[in-house]
Amino acid sequence: MTDDLTHMDGNCLAGPLSEILAVEPTAAWWRCPQCGRSGTLAQLHVYGPEPGMTAVCPGCAYIALRLVKEEDHVWLALGSGTSAVRFRTA
Amino acid sequence: MRPVGSLSPGFRGRARTLTDRLPPGQYPTESFPVLSAGPTPHVATDGWTFTVTTETGDSRTWTWQQMMDLPQEDIVQDIHCVTRWSKFDTHWRGVSLDVFLEDVETAATYVKATSYGGYTTNLPLADLRGGKAWIVHGYDGFALSPEHGGPARLLVPHLYLWKSAKWVSGLRLTREDEPGFWESVGYHNYGDPWREQRNWGD
Repeated sequence: MTDDLTHMDGNCLAGPLSEILAVEPTAAWWRCPQCGRSGTLAQLHVYGPEPGMTAVCPGCAYIALRLVKEEDHVWLALGSGTSAVRFRTA
Repeated sequence: MRPVGSLSPGFRGRARTLTDRLPPGQYPTESFPVLSAGPTPHVATDGWTFTVTTETGDSRTWTWQQMMDLPQEDIVQDIHCVTRWSKFDTHWRGVSLDVFLEDVETAATYVKATSYGGYTTNLPLADLRGGKAWIVHGYDGFALSPEHGGPARLLVPHLYLWKSAKWVSGLRLTREDEPGFWESVGYHNYGDPWREQRNWGD
């Protein structure tokens, strides 16, 4: 949509994202935008695994993330919105 | 599957019926598995409402009693879950969506169904009309239990069951198709079990 030179292409995310996603993810810190409770991803309450995994705040059930595994992909959505990222895994 | 010539006509007939009723990639089950994407909301009927909101912001709300006063139907349908189980001849009781949508003036072509607990799912409005979809509050002769979506859920049996939102609280009619809870993380936007529309690319 944007056609100017102020944006960079997504390849520049490779360095910073690989730094984030290479570490143990369940130790990552999370803060609930609804009730303010904070903790690690390991402390979230997870429902599923079918049809997908839904991790919610242990205090107020706010949706922290959704993860759907397909044969060759993993879909990840952070928060309760409709924005998601699909990773190729095979 | 091809009927085998040496089998009795009765067996062949039964096998053909099962094949006709089982969408591709599904297996039949007698049980009723519970799949949840969060804690089960416990919604009391005296606080329950169902709201239809149009694209212009007009809305109409039914209380539990007002919903129960509408014409009730006994519904027998096969249901198909994207996790591959199908269940034949499930018995429900509820109100046709045609009744709720009868007096609604709208130019919308899509619907976002919303639930107590935050779940959402999207459907074309046409799929909720024509005697194909209901708000159900009874299952197998009893009040619909919370784990199966009670006090009331959407029932759209011609689509995979994730479209039949449990704990339904309302319908938001929209001009644009907006992906819901599972549709936004890879599940198919429409979800026809007969075309095996499980995932985004199917």
